[in-house]
Amino acid sequence: MSGVRVLVGTRKGAFVLTSDGRRGDWTVDGPHFGGWEIYHLTGSPADPNRLYASQSGGWFGQLIQRSDDGGRTWNTVGNDFAYSGEVGDHLWYDGTPRPWEFKRIWHLEPSRDDPDTVYAGAEDAALYRSTDGGQKWTELTALRTHPTGPRWQPGAGGMCLHTIILDPAHQDRIYVAISAAGAFRSDDAGASWLPINKGLRSGEIPDEDAEVGHCVHHITQHPSRPDTLFMQKHWDVMRSDDAGANWREVSGDLPSDFGFPIAVHAHEPETIYVVPIKSDSEHYPPEGKLRVYRSRTGGGDWEPLTKGLPQSDCYVNVLRDAMAVDTLDPCGIYFGTTGGQVYHSADGGDSWAPIVRDLPPVLSVEAQVLP
Amino acid sequence: MIRVVLPAHLKNLAHVTGEVRLELTGPAAGPVTQRLVLDTLEARYPMLLGTIRDRNSGKRRAFIRFYACEEDLSNESPDAPLPERVIAGEEPYIILGAMAGG
Repeated sequence: MSGVRVLVGTRKGAFVLTSDGRRGDWTVDGPHFGGWEIYHLTGSPADPNRLYASQSGGWFGQLIQRSDDGGRTWNTVGNDFAYSGEVGDHLWYDGTPRPWEFKRIWHLEPSRDDPDTVYAGAEDAALYRSTDGGQKWTELTALRTHPTGPRWQPGAGGMCLHTIILDPAHQDRIYVAISAAGAFRSDDAGASWLPINKGLRSGEIPDEDAEVGHCVHHITQHPSRPDTLFMQKHWDVMRSDDAGANWREVSGDLPSDFGFPIAVHAHEPETIYVVPIKSDSEHYPPEGKLRVYRSRTGGGDWEPLTKGLPQSDCYVNVLRDAMAVDTLDPCGIYFGTTGGQVYHSADGGDSWAPIVRDLPPVLSVEAQVLP
Repeated sequence: MIRVVLPAHLKNLAHVTGEVRLELTGPAAGPVTQRLVLDTLEARYPMLLGTIRDRNSGKRRAFIRFYACEEDLSNESPDAPLPERVIAGEEPYIILGAMAGG
């Protein structure tokens, strides 16, 4: 029987949760890198035993860890994330120019077919690629030096490149999202970039449909429909059916369209999941009820999923990289909270149960299906 | 031989326990400086690159401190000679994380 491995990054270390394909009994392994912030922990689609972890902290900076045995042992790889060429300026919070300054890696995205190729998204926003298993990192400079770069400004969480999608149908197509610059697409493997924010309307910026400046929180894609993208923006749930050229709002009847993660069902490309949060100044669920909302129509019409989730006095958040799906049938859904719970559903979201309740605040969740 | 004390996280990272003892391999006639000690430490334990000094600027990370002989050397020139008792191996060169939150 196949198994599932859930990779959890937290504020104080990494945890690996494993189960067989029934997903009923779970083993919790960790913490790995105890005391360090693990912004992201993920595996290679081409080799599930190849894992990468972004390990960082205010004292000792940024490290990247790699495991070649499914997380049993780890080794540091390269951490030289230099900005190539002229660094340039972006806008600071007060509107003054400020040089790009590396702070951390938010997201690691391994190639679909080569375990040694992996992309890294940085704060301050930049995209890096390694083709040797993380030993050496090269910046894809055309993104940071895009003509709109001097107008990019950090969101409250920093100017982070947090979403990387390697298109499954177009070899050289990459999507990224940056808070708070917006979404960008490259059709030439990162040599040039196009802002893809048409249709986004953000009341937090002076020109609400500006070319850049949108606080995109997360984007996801179903591999069978690569031109369809789903986005959770600061406010608004959006979709595009033309590779990001145009977006339309699909928030529909959600109780709040503010939130961070968005995920798509592994086998139903029009079934999507979000976790509504009350507002940008109250980062907790409306009414103290932790509800995942599911749309089976690609947005617009939403249903609350509550069975097994706390429906009173719950004031946790779910961060942008802290929701994932597995590819088993029925599809498994996983998410972690800032309260340290990791919940899972083995039936597409109809019912939920905690795998573990008392971890440090969860920053990221990824799910792997093992042979 | 220089004795170096690392903070717990960096001991774990370098897979060492207790003090690190370094034989310096710099210019024989040159002074023994903080820069020479840190260069030697990072050459022996490359996983520490970037954890003590910024990879790009080479400067001490903001929440790292360097102590020796009951003195704070953190803001001394990295090219100033270390105290004789450190060079003689009688006192350790201490690298630690500053008190900066939980």
